[in-house]
Parts: sequence; C-alpha cells; structure tokens
Amino acid sequence: MAEVVLNGISKSYGDQVALENVSLTIPDGSFVVLLGPTGAGKTTTLRMVSGLDQPDNGEILINGQAVNKWTPAQRNVAMVFQQYSLYPHLTVRDNLAFPLRSPILKTPADEITRKVNDVAEVLQISHKLDNKATALSGGEMQRVSIGRALVRNPDIFLMDEPLSSLDAKLRSDLRIELKRIQSSLGATMLYVTHDQVEAMTMATHVGVLDHGKLVQFGTPREIYEDPVSIYSASRLGTPKINVLPADLFGATPAGAVSIGLRPEHIRTGEGLAGQVTRVEHLGDQTRVHLRVQTHDVITLADVHTTAKVGDEMLISPQNPLYFNAQGGRVK
Amino acid sequence: MSSFSVTEPSKRQKWFAGSLVILYALITIMPLIWIIATGFKSPSDAIAYPPKVFFEPSMEGYVNLFTSRTRLPAEELAALPPSETWYQELVRDNGMVITGPSRYGQRFLNSVIIGFGSTFLSIFLGTLAAYGFSRFKVPIKDDLLFFILSTRMMPPIAVAIPIFLMFRQIGLSDSHLGMILLYTAVNLSLSVWLLKGFIDEIPLEYEEAALIDGYTRFQAFYKVVLPQAATGIASTAIFCLIFAWNEYAFAVLLTSGNAQTAPPFIPTIIGAGGKDWPAVAAGATIFLIPVMIFTILLRKHLLSGITFGAVRK
Ligand SMILES: Nc1ncnc2c1ncn2[C@@H]1O[C@H](COP(=O)(O)OP(=O)(O)OP(=O)(O)O)[C@@H](O)[C@H]1O
Ligand SMILES: [Mg+2]
Repeated sequence: MAEVVLNGISKSYGDQVALENVSLTIPDGSFVVLLGPTGAGKTTTLRMVSGLDQPDNGEILINGQAVNKWTPAQRNVAMVFQQYSLYPHLTVRDNLAFPLRSPILKTPADEITRKVNDVAEVLQISHKLDNKATALSGGEMQRVSIGRALVRNPDIFLMDEPLSSLDAKLRSDLRIELKRIQSSLGATMLYVTHDQVEAMTMATHVGVLDHGKLVQFGTPREIYEDPVSIYSASRLGTPKINVLPADLFGATPAGAVSIGLRPEHIRTGEGLAGQVTRVEHLGDQTRVHLRVQTHDVITLADVHTTAKVGDEMLISPQNPLYFNAQGGRVK
Repeated sequence: MSSFSVTEPSKRQKWFAGSLVILYALITIMPLIWIIATGFKSPSDAIAYPPKVFFEPSMEGYVNLFTSRTRLPAEELAALPPSETWYQELVRDNGMVITGPSRYGQRFLNSVIIGFGSTFLSIFLGTLAAYGFSRFKVPIKDDLLFFILSTRMMPPIAVAIPIFLMFRQIGLSDSHLGMILLYTAVNLSLSVWLLKGFIDEIPLEYEEAALIDGYTRFQAFYKVVLPQAATGIASTAIFCLIFAWNEYAFAVLLTSGNAQTAPPFIPTIIGAGGKDWPAVAAGATIFLIPVMIFTILLRKHLLSGITFGAVRK
C-alpha cells in the first residue's frame, strides 16, 4: 500500500525526450492506467517508479519519502515487463518462486509451494509448472510473468501491457482477476494498456501521455466524456472519435475549428446526408462507414440494420465536442 | 525457386557427405593414433622402416617415461635378488635397474596446477571484466578493449626477457604463481573479448527483472547472468586451458626446475641415452588426456547452454 507521487519528472535518452516535466499523484490503492501511442513515454514512466532508471530531473515519492536513490528492491515494487523476460534457464515453477526466494523475502519452502500453486491456478498455468520457461507459448509466458508479480505482496504493481497477447476469453478472465487481486491487496497499480475495455473497467484514474507530457489525468469517464484535446479524445473509444470541420453542421462556439463526434454521438435520420461506404457487423454492434461531403465518418447503427453500401443516411451531432486550431478543447 | 527450397538430401548425397567427413576425420586423427601406437612400441619397432602398423605391444615407453634407470654390468645384474614387479623385470631385460621415479610426474603436476590455475583465474577475472564492459558506461571503453586485445599481439619471445627480469626482481622466477599470473595475463585478452561477446547477447531485461524481484546487482549477475553465460564460459575455459596447457615458449624460457611444465620437459627425454621415441610418445599421450577430459566434461554446457528468447522482442 502506497501513494506514489511524481514531481516534475523529466528524462531524455540522448536527444530523445522520453518524459517532460511529468507530475502525477497516484493515490494509495488506486488503479491508474497510462494511455498514449507508441513512444509516448509509458514504459519510461514505469521504469522511473521502479527505480530501473533514474530521472534527469524531478523527484519520486513513495508514501511521502523521496526514493530517487533507492534501489528497485528497496522500493518494494513488482513489475510485469512489456517484454516477458522470464528466466530462460529456470522452470515455470522456479520463475514464479524466484521473487519469493529473494534475500529480502526469504520465504519458507512450504509457503513458496502454496503461493506458487495459488497463482498458477489463478492464471490457468498449473499444468505447465514444470515446463522450461522457453517451452511456452507467448500467452503462457505472459501469464507467468504476471504470476511473478502476483506471488509477491508489493506496495506497487507496475504492469506494462500485461494482457496484450492473450486471447479474448483469457483476457477478460484475467482482467477481472487482476482487478480483484489488486483491490483485495489494497495495492497501488500503475498499468499500461491500449485496450479501451481494460482502461474503462479497471482504472480508477487514467493518465494520458503525449510525447512525454502528461496532458490529462482523471477518471476514465472524465477522459472519455470531457477530454481536454483531440489527442486525449482519440485515446479512448473504438471506433475512434470522428473529427470533422466545425462548421459542417452549422453554428459553432467561438474559436472552434473542428468538431469531435464519437460514433455513438451521431443521431441518424435527420440532418446532413451521407453515402454508406461500408457496413461492419461485429455481433454486438454494427458500424456504418459514411462519406459525408468529402469526409469519412463512422457511426453505430442498430445491430440488425438493413443499411447497405450505397444507401443514403442522414446524420446530425449529439453532444459534440469542439476543438480549436491547436486541437485544444473549446467549451 | 528450387535453389531456395529446403529439401531432404537424397541418399546418395548423404552417403557422399558422410564419406567425406569420415575421410577427413581419418586424416586428422592419424597423428594422434600414431603417437598413441608409438607409445606402446619397443624402441626398435618405433624406428623400424618401413613403419610397423602391426607390432607386439610393449610397456617399455611408459616404464622409461616414469623411471630413472642406470645400466649395470651383467654380473652385477645377475647377482641381484629376483625382481618384484613386472616393470623391474622389463628394465633388467634391457640390462638396467630402476634408480627412482623420473621427473615426468612432477612436471605433469606442474602443468595441471599452472594450466588449471591460470584457466580459473582467466575465467574469473575475464567474466567480471566482460560483464563490466558489457553493462556499464566505462570511460574510453573502446580504447581499453583494444588495449586488452593488443596485449595478445606480441610474440612471447618479444616479451619473455623483460618478464624474466621482472620475475627475478620480485621473486617469481621459476615459480608456479609466476607462471599462473603470466598465462592469466596472456589469456585475459581472449577471455574478456570472448565473454563480452557472450554476455552482450544476454538481454538486460533478465537482470532488471531480478532487481525488481528483490535481488542485488551482484546476485542478479550470479543467479541470472552466469547460468546463461555457461556456454560462453565453458568454451572460453577450454580455449584458455588449451593455450596454457600447450604453451612452450614462455615455459622453456622462464622455468627450469621447480615450476617447469610438461611441454618443455618432454623433449628432454629424447636426449637421455639414445632417442627414446616410445617414452616421448607415452609422455605426449598422457599429456593429451587432461584437456580431453576437460573438454568432454564441459561439452554438455557447450551444447545445452544455448537458450533462445523468453524475451519478447
Ligand atoms: N533505453 C532507451 N534508449 C534510447 N531511447 C529510449 C530508451 N527507452 C526509451 N526511449 C525513447 O523514449 C521514448 C519513450 O519510450 P517508451 O518506451 O517510454 O514508450 P512507450 O510509451 O512505452 O511506447 P510503447 O507503447 O511502444 O511501448 C521513445 O521515443 C523511445 O524511443
Ligand atoms: Mg512501452
């Protein structure tokens, strides 16, 4: 259990700025998801908290104590790497037991056995415990590396896209398990994902990173419903938010240059005409791609819609978001 | 198209390839077989012309290798009590008696101490240095690495005399420690370079994972890097041992009695009363054994140590 504070953290690798003056408070017991496209600095943020890398500037506080000089071991963090990095010379069982056998924990043998078996069961890898770590599929390796974090009882979990190579069913099982374990331990979680469902369902807070800067921090709903910029708005939502010229649908607030319409924020049956260019039936939703004047728009339609390519559809905005020339929000 | 396809070679191709390999193996193993055979020949068979492929085996070479002998007049020999062992018998048949063990055993032991001692030290220091060069920011790293390599460029002859003088000054002349340090110094360039190559191949993520898992840097090195470097360490150790074991130039120039190794000693057998080729061959045969055993013992690591990615790239 710990509160983590990043205070004006900057980090460059050579000329490459990875983090720029990032300040962030991760409340005790919260589940913070970091969002951002590749290269935004998500992994770097985790590495700062873990102590694997030192910031060039700024301070990291855990439970109010400055920990910049602490080793990773002293910080009591568990990390799931983006690369699985299982120890290839050990079996799955020994990989899971490895943190428990550390000089800091020195866990008794029977407790190690119990914990390893428990975690293996949660992650559905019990039958692979005696495999060499190299004799696993990608998804199994990923689960073992999650397991190596879960056997411990750390103050902070750092997870870098931990569920990325699992199939849909396992992913939703583990999403629930991870959330359950985190809240039952009361541990603080810093979690990187590109998956909207993970971000929306697991997070208590979401941080949006843009080229090393933290551009928005808030609850998932805030980020989704009240984004500060086009960039923030584009991080969540599948299909992505439609960005169109602001005056397409008529009057706009002063300064607005573009209008952002989430697919579910488009009313059909009245307004501007568009041509259907594609219909995607996904089972639980149906996406309709439209050509409106010279712009592409994606909207959601009734699952059993009869719309087909070439049809005409009328659309108008509902709860639109307006943005200025720099992409910032205009209210 | 077909030039890129992977197909099972035909029976005839396999036969052809197999025969080539066997032929090559026979050619390279010939000198070895010849040395081993000569060790079991009698001196006259050993120099017979044309060479004898089939001969009556004799232990004379081995007995001569391990003993010092002196020739006695026939009447004194006859007056001796009957010989107690087969090797006494063998020596007396040639008109001689055993006066004691030869120095071969002691020279062989020197080789073992110096060879394995310097190999251990080269690997120990080499691994630490290679790890440092591989993982840390070292100022003027490239220059240092080149300097380390350059120590190997000079022939032993060029440095033997300065080393001889230095050793005399600090009391290391003809000592085991001196030779161990010298061979270590020569081998270090090889071991640092080879091991750095192997350690560079081990992804940093493993150590980082171990640091997070609660281990110190050194423990991470010991528990995570070393096991994965086993292949590299084993092959480097074999190279180091082979060098130290076979080294002749330094040994002949810097050692005389106390710390003399087997390579400069074996040729001295030739001089001792006629050309005793079987004894020389016996000495060479025994000399081969430790490196062979060492290589066979480490062979397992050479093959099994290679581990492929549990790191997703
Ligand atoms: N060790 C390093 N050396 C040099 N540059 C680095 C290093 N680590 C990160 N960077 C750079 O810092 C920036 C941020 O990288 P980071 O790994 O934090 O991105 P990320 O948000 O995790 O991206 P991804 O989603 O692809 O994992 C990138 O531009 C990257 O190239
Ligand atoms: Mg990353």
